Amino acid sequence: MRTPFVVRFLGATPKQGWIAIGVAAAITLLLLPALHLLVPAGSPFHVSAYVITLVGKIMCYAIVAVAMDLIWGYTGILSLGHGVFFALGGYAFGMYLMRQIGRDGSYQSDLPDFMVFLDWKALPWYWTGSDSILWSILLVLVVPALVAFVFGFFAFRSRIKGVYFSIITQAMTFAAMLFFFRNETGFGGNNGFTDFKRILGHSVTSPEMRVTLFGLTALMLLATLVLGRYLVTSKLGRVLAAIRDAESRVMFIGYNPLYYKIFIWTLSALLCGIAGALYVPQVGIINPGEMSPANSIEIAIWVAVGGRATLIGPVLGAFIVNLAKSFFTVAFPEYWLFFLGALFVGGTLWLPDGVVGLWRKLRERRKQGSGA
Amino acid sequence: MSAPSILLLHEVTVSFDGFRALNELSLDIEEGELRCIIGPNGAGKTTMMDVITGKTRADRGKVMFDQNIDVRRMSEADIAHLGIGRKFQKPTIFENLTVFENLELAMKTDKRARTSLFAWLDDGARDKIADTLRLIRLQGAADRQAGLLSHGQKQWLEIGMLLMQDPKLLLLDEPVAGMTDDETARTGELFKSLAGKHSLVVVEHDMAFIEQLGGMVTVLHEGSVLAEGDLATVQNDQRVIEVYLGR
Repeated sequence: MRTPFVVRFLGATPKQGWIAIGVAAAITLLLLPALHLLVPAGSPFHVSAYVITLVGKIMCYAIVAVAMDLIWGYTGILSLGHGVFFALGGYAFGMYLMRQIGRDGSYQSDLPDFMVFLDWKALPWYWTGSDSILWSILLVLVVPALVAFVFGFFAFRSRIKGVYFSIITQAMTFAAMLFFFRNETGFGGNNGFTDFKRILGHSVTSPEMRVTLFGLTALMLLATLVLGRYLVTSKLGRVLAAIRDAESRVMFIGYNPLYYKIFIWTLSALLCGIAGALYVPQVGIINPGEMSPANSIEIAIWVAVGGRATLIGPVLGAFIVNLAKSFFTVAFPEYWLFFLGALFVGGTLWLPDGVVGLWRKLRERRKQGSGA
Repeated sequence: MSAPSILLLHEVTVSFDGFRALNELSLDIEEGELRCIIGPNGAGKTTMMDVITGKTRADRGKVMFDQNIDVRRMSEADIAHLGIGRKFQKPTIFENLTVFENLELAMKTDKRARTSLFAWLDDGARDKIADTLRLIRLQGAADRQAGLLSHGQKQWLEIGMLLMQDPKLLLLDEPVAGMTDDETARTGELFKSLAGKHSLVVVEHDMAFIEQLGGMVTVLHEGSVLAEGDLATVQNDQRVIEVYLGR
């Protein structure tokens, strides 16, 4: 008998996975919001806006890390340009946030401040519809995915692989950064978008909005994990792993790797775009710095630290690296990059399978120890 | 008269930077035939397989499969769907997947990405995989990671993957390299049992193995056919002794 698709989809995540998801959902959707909204600021149990924003931000990064794991960990294609898709999603939603400022900007104009400053008289054509949240969400879903699709189609069709592909993605993000730095591009130049006021008329800085965005991000992260688990346990996921192991064999048994690669690459970019759109209203700014080559490399570091091809590892990696970053950039700001570099080198040398790999090894050892 | 042709190469030429890897190579394999191909290193054996399977494009000449299908412009995947299976010289399997999963992916079916996304293994498919596991003597290792198999077992797994494709024509590049004598003999038995239902082209250096197979032998040299006939005829051919056997 055929099992219904929904059952197969949800069944791909094992029982302990669902328990973990339930716990994570309870913490992020109930506990933390309650402690932020209901517990008075003086109480030791109060969760500050800083913590909510920090965790919300890292959850956005975690979505990107899982998306990266799908393409790098499972398919063996290392992208060093995933920051572009994240930033494009952020910019797409940022346009809406800029329009929601209305006449509350410094120049009290209908146009965003940076356009007034450039002496522009009307919105460029590509800002059409940006005052609609539905249109903006559509852009968030379509633009990063479309850019990825076109880029992936040409790169994969030309059979560009390995380090060459990584270098081209790095060049892509650098080129995009330079493009967005220009004032003429119409996205605020090097300042990007900031000073957001409202979403659907509600203040972006109100505790309720903060908690709403936080909750949406948590849901998106958990949904990404469930989707990812289905994908990697499906036949498509096995073909992706096969492409990673022996692409020529995949072709000679009759699969065209092109479509598989384009699918997972585009899906990965789509997830990054959504993460970027959730990120921008929470941190309150998007600028071309998000497209800097170093940012994209950092995404790969999260995945490597957490453990490739594990899905949960990249989430842990995103949290470990970014919590360390928050600590270091306050305590020893000038040493952060050294620490990041050391983490990457040390991780590659001693933790080739990341934190998850270490944990598995320890569990194995304990099992053998008790068995003897 | 003889059986219809399954694979016909007519004056195929392939050059790499002026070097002629194949030089007007002509070859005719009949349906159900078991053909052995021998030749010194650089004779063009692997290039010939590359041309047939779409990895390399022929500069000139005809490559016809099943009499009227021209494969020269087709992609590797499309050629595989026609029913041409290929085993590489170095065992090429999916090391991080299990033996079972390796066979599952190879199975003849709709192999488009959108189908794979929702694909589901039915009992018929499981039975077919179980049959192949028995045939390649890996039934106890179905859930083992393929990368952990011995060299000979990997060769068998790759042969099993070919069989899962249910191909009309099997191209086998040094299939018994690295196998024990016992494994080699069993492989020979398997190939002989496949001939008739399938057509096989075996590239080998192992003369004892070729003798066991007992089919027609083609000797390649510098990209074209030097001699053709049964093993005894070929072994007594003066030119063959000079370029290949004598050395």
